[in-house]
Amino acid sequence: MPAAGVVMIVAVVLIVLALVYYLVSTIVALRQITAGLDEAIEGVGEIIEKSAPVGDVVRDINQNLDAGVDLLEGLLVKKAGLVDAVGLVEGLYPGAAKAGLRNFPDSQKVIPPRISEVYTKGTLTLARLGREAPIAAASPTGPVLRNVEGGSLEARSLYPENRQTRPERLPRSPVIGTDAPVQYPPSEQRGGATPGEAEIREKGPWAETAAEGIVPAELGGSDAPRGMLAEDRQLGSSVLGETTGADEPATESGIDRTTGDEADATSHGGPEPPEGAEPDLKDAAAPPRQVDVDSADAGDGSDT
Amino acid sequence: MILWWIGNALLLLVILPVVVYLLKGVLDAARNIVPSVNRIAAAASAGSKDLDAVPLLLTTQDQVKQTVEVVANYGGSLDVIVDDAEEG
Repeated sequence: MPAAGVVMIVAVVLIVLALVYYLVSTIVALRQITAGLDEAIEGVGEIIEKSAPVGDVVRDINQNLDAGVDLLEGLLVKKAGLVDAVGLVEGLYPGAAKAGLRNFPDSQKVIPPRISEVYTKGTLTLARLGREAPIAAASPTGPVLRNVEGGSLEARSLYPENRQTRPERLPRSPVIGTDAPVQYPPSEQRGGATPGEAEIREKGPWAETAAEGIVPAELGGSDAPRGMLAEDRQLGSSVLGETTGADEPATESGIDRTTGDEADATSHGGPEPPEGAEPDLKDAAAPPRQVDVDSADAGDGSDT
Repeated sequence: MILWWIGNALLLLVILPVVVYLLKGVLDAARNIVPSVNRIAAAASAGSKDLDAVPLLLTTQDQVKQTVEVVANYGGSLDVIVDDAEEG
């Protein structure tokens, strides 16, 4: 065989070998693809089978929900009116008023009133029904009507106010008495020392008033700083007097407490009447009538 | 004889490389498809698994129906006991 023939045979064999290798490899790859596609088709078939009833079920659910929305929208508009209904929707869902109510196209033209916290008409109705209302549920402070105090304040804020909310907390009037939360010891006494606990027990409850003082200085009492007092202050220290701040008697001999009713303050007190003047008895108490005296005596005799 | 040698040369230097190039391209394309098909199969399987909850939609359907019925009952009651808005 000539050499050219041998070379040709070798070349043909090489081409055939190349064809075999690549074609077999391609066949293997295509079989893998077929297996993968079979798996994918199986999964897709399950998807189709499982999702087949979804459309009908979701359509039915949407129909029911649409009926509910229609019912609630209609009821809201019927009971509150279109304008108030839009205001309530805007109060619950800020920005929702732009979309309007689905079954009321005119609602998109309504400028929503500010019914953001308390809807008076609805509040009164629900209060009459004895129910709570989920009004202003979107409020940062929570539903108003679930908070009794907050609901009351919010309702009151709708009306002209005197001193309801602004300022929110006015200072309260001072409470005086031994049980007062804040005790105001007087900074200055007028006429006499402040009674102590023992003296209060001895003299009775009336002495507590003296211990507490009448009006404390920080609230504008008579011993308050000049700036807090009226310009025409009527009674000054020269009239009201001042305490010595000590228990020592003002005189050298002091008060003779052993004489009781005949103490010097009683026996030596009072004005000096002129010589021969008749005492003024117009304010003296009248003696009992003789009839009364006789009746009293007769009563005593009958008892015995 | 010369023509035979020329034919041999063409066979070895031209036809064989062209055949090899073309077959290699086909094989590469086929091999690239395999991972894509595998991913599609995995996705289809996962999607099918996700739809296992679809039967629960039947429960949802029933509950929505009951809820709307309750809302309708409440609405009817409110319609009776609450005054209508004043027109105008």
